Amino acid sequence: MAARVLALRSGLGGPAVAAGLGALILGTLAAVAWQAQGLSGLGPWDWRAVRFTVWQAALSAALSAVLAIPVARALARRRFAGRGALVTLLGAPFILPVIVAIMGLIAVFGRNGAINEALRGAGLPEFIIYGWQGVILAHVFFNLPLSVRLILQGWQAIPAERFRLAESLGFAPRDVARHLERPMLRAVLPGVWLAVFLVCLTSFAVALTLGGGPSATTVELAIYQAFRFDFDLGKAATLGLVQIGLCLAAMVLARRISIPAAFGTGLDQTQGPRGPRGWRVGTDALAIMLAALFLLWPIMAVTVQGLPRIPSLPPEVWTAALRSVVMALISAGLALAMCLTLALAIARGRAAWIEAAGMLPIIASPLVLGTGLFILLRGWFSTDALALPVTVAINAIMALPFGLRALIPAAQALREDYGRLADSLDMRGLARLRHLTLPRLARPLGFAGGLAAALAMGDLGVITLFATDQPTLPLKLYQLMGSYRMTDASACAVLLMAISFALFWLFDRGGRLA
Amino acid sequence: MTKTLISVALLAATAAGASPAAAQDKPVLTVYAGDYIASEWGPGPKIETGFEAFCDCDLQFVTGDILPRILMEGENTDADIVFGLNTDVTARARASGLFAPHGQDTTDMTLPVEWSDDVFLPYNWGETAFIYDDTRLENPPASFDELLNAPDDLKIVIQDPRASISGLALLLWVKGVYGDQAPEAWEKLAPKVLTVTKGWSESYGMFTDGEADMVLSYTTSPAYHIAAEDDLTKKAAIFPEGHYFMAELAAQVKGTDQPELAQQFMDWILTPDFQKTIPLANWSLPAKLPEDEWPQVMRNLPRPEKTLFYTEEEAEALRQPALDEWLRAFSR
Amino acid sequence: MLEFRDTITTRGDFTLRADLRIEPGLRVAIIGASGSGKSTLLSLVGGFLTPDQGRILWNGQDITHLPPGERPASFLFQDQNLFPHLTVAQNVGLGLRPDLRLNGAQQARVSQVLDQVGLDGMARRLPASLSGGQQSRVALARVLLRARPILLLDEPFAALGPALKTEMLDLLSDIADQTGATVLMVTHDPRDARAFATETVLIQDGRADPPTPTGPLLDHPPPGLRAYLG
Repeated sequence: MAARVLALRSGLGGPAVAAGLGALILGTLAAVAWQAQGLSGLGPWDWRAVRFTVWQAALSAALSAVLAIPVARALARRRFAGRGALVTLLGAPFILPVIVAIMGLIAVFGRNGAINEALRGAGLPEFIIYGWQGVILAHVFFNLPLSVRLILQGWQAIPAERFRLAESLGFAPRDVARHLERPMLRAVLPGVWLAVFLVCLTSFAVALTLGGGPSATTVELAIYQAFRFDFDLGKAATLGLVQIGLCLAAMVLARRISIPAAFGTGLDQTQGPRGPRGWRVGTDALAIMLAALFLLWPIMAVTVQGLPRIPSLPPEVWTAALRSVVMALISAGLALAMCLTLALAIARGRAAWIEAAGMLPIIASPLVLGTGLFILLRGWFSTDALALPVTVAINAIMALPFGLRALIPAAQALREDYGRLADSLDMRGLARLRHLTLPRLARPLGFAGGLAAALAMGDLGVITLFATDQPTLPLKLYQLMGSYRMTDASACAVLLMAISFALFWLFDRGGRLA
Repeated sequence: MTKTLISVALLAATAAGASPAAAQDKPVLTVYAGDYIASEWGPGPKIETGFEAFCDCDLQFVTGDILPRILMEGENTDADIVFGLNTDVTARARASGLFAPHGQDTTDMTLPVEWSDDVFLPYNWGETAFIYDDTRLENPPASFDELLNAPDDLKIVIQDPRASISGLALLLWVKGVYGDQAPEAWEKLAPKVLTVTKGWSESYGMFTDGEADMVLSYTTSPAYHIAAEDDLTKKAAIFPEGHYFMAELAAQVKGTDQPELAQQFMDWILTPDFQKTIPLANWSLPAKLPEDEWPQVMRNLPRPEKTLFYTEEEAEALRQPALDEWLRAFSR
Repeated sequence: MLEFRDTITTRGDFTLRADLRIEPGLRVAIIGASGSGKSTLLSLVGGFLTPDQGRILWNGQDITHLPPGERPASFLFQDQNLFPHLTVAQNVGLGLRPDLRLNGAQQARVSQVLDQVGLDGMARRLPASLSGGQQSRVALARVLLRARPILLLDEPFAALGPALKTEMLDLLSDIADQTGATVLMVTHDPRDARAFATETVLIQDGRADPPTPTGPLLDHPPPGLRAYLG
């Protein structure tokens, strides 16, 4: 490629952010290893954790992808009142704070839950949520929405003309599946699988509570134990490296698989293929109903439990809630700024390493990241001063990969459509940001910001490692539980969930209206 | 956009930076403490007002995972006092050389064990126990043996010894009761374990939600339900084989920049003034207070006849082998 | 005067060579088979591509490496000439100040050019509410306002019907007359070339020929062009 496209002059931000991210994630790991004066070897239990981690992530990803197919198909080819609202609602588990989700899953699938009551009533054996099956169940609960979204996107990307052509050729549903749907699924499913696999690889809290015991230990959990039990930072660093290695290996193995990009773009398309009549109407309805039941029931169960107690929550909880909201907003702002800088650089056709750096946080251990930052910065700042800013920064970073998936395609389309016009009119810097980039990218920005805010809101994360006298709402929730106040804790959980949803909704809505 | 960001930042500064009494001239005593201690539902607030009433200082709690943090900070730590360490991790804390002797007379403590440690000072204590609800479990096991031999549909929740101090205490409890037979004991117990949680809170939540029949907790846990909720159904199963002793400890940091204040605080811990706040704020037993001065609810609690306890060296030596036994039993 | 001095531009296995001069105020059609490099030639002037060798000069000044916005040229693309989220007045106003901080006089200029292209009263509308012809007028109004000495047209009216296209070409002629601009227009329609351009640059075999009078060229096309014109 001899002739080169003129680079924009303002283009140093993207590489700088990407380099910063890379340095941060690898640098914190190095800092932890350095503090420990080297890496420690892993014992047989650690390797067991590695094997379990890979196995559960692979299985969770496969189940999420496979189960998402009938749901996405039903949503793609059926039109009914409230469909848009349902699609939005079905996305809820993805931004649900983990501790709330676990409460909800136990309320439904636990020993005392409705499902087992019914099973017992029918004289059937109980479903045990504790153990590897609980970990998988929870992971499917979290990631089914993501999978449905990505696959639905694939369905809607099949041009309507092709469905009309199929209709005019008198295709039976079987033929439509063979000629239109299966090729699409073959293209989309590996990416869906990889996305969920990566998310599940670093899972932590789920395995902690539902794992049932040490046989369901994940690497991230082993890192936590290395910190807490062994005070062995060297082991934590080694495990952090292993985790990054696993993810890189997965990505290399799957290098021909691209994670579907159009995450969060319009699912409100009203024109779609007309679904076949007959018994398939019934199966589609069943798929949608089962998915809605599976995804929304736990949320309802938590709400019913905790809602009545919210008014009687002590004032300290509200203070913590305000603090968490502010932190989540700053996190979201930071995440958006980084996301936008990276996405614009990627759209400008910068090297692939920028995109890789942007995806790095999905594989980094927040525990290692937090500890490393703490070690690096403690010479300059006191730990107290660090706890909240570090939490805010880490939450912003952890939200990047998801935000990027939404922003990159939009930024590429923007560049494709209006880049030359803006260049020829000499729009750059703030003028370009204000009059072109922000208004045109408002929707994906709103979506990404909402995601970042909600994820930050629900994160308990590293703040527990580093003390603070300014607890966040999730920390407050743990404090309530730690003081025997279980009913207040369930009200606090509902509050946490409501705020997370509200933050997401506000951002997303703001982006749509802008 | 810019304006919004600025106002958000300002709001953040006010909400996040509203730490109490930041601009006072009084000397500050920094106390690292476990999460639950300094929350408004723990003993922290009472300790703070109690001490500030006579010290002419500002006591500031800093909460979190105390030991990993102070080990990482080393000599540079801001802490003057560490509050809430546990008996089974003192070896590691002591080895750091960061702590100074407490200088208290520990001969007439109201503990079920002898205390001769001159660095770590217990301020409360309790014993591990399995808690049950007598409306749900009408025939609780009357001994550890009965628990091991109970049908497997009796479900208990315990905590992970690698993440939780009470989980670690259970390892030592089983070791103390069964010694070399501990692996067999775990083998019998494992099928009854519904799940292993990260911390005590998650376990206890599952128990109160009715998920499990029994939960690993403390002999004093029923006191909370009785005193705060008028709930008389939660009981500790008392086993004749004995229960494992757990105390929470305070220590002063050797490199403190407030040595007088830190010593003053240590001197205060064993006084009745301090000890009387413990039972109903920390839901545990005071380390030095005659039983007739305890709240009625604590005096009424059934108490084990035998207390098991490992010295710090024993505990440190047992930790890894006991953990391996535990891991093996749960990985079948 | 616009000059291409021995420029060689390679993209993949495609190469375009140009060594030619275009007199100021001239209207030039660029004709060639599809894929021959018509748009590439325009992009070289507009600043979206730089040649691998050679230089491009405007009035003797080297503009080879100037960024697009600083070139003495306005560009009308095949489509996407308007920002859909900005009003008509804003889209035009961008021609004066890319940050849209227009003073009173500048705003008056915007209204004036909108009147001139027949869009009075439409200033506050969004492009989506306009017809295709009206949208073209907005883009032309901006060209008029910017008054750059070179005007680059990459088949901007290809999607319009014949009558509308003629109307736009007339309007364009007026504007070019007013601003005295040198116009380079890519087209594949010989009638457009005859109607609008006094001279034509033929691109064939990876080479842009110097401009020759349009009429004679089209009356007696060389073999390659003949095959293309059919």
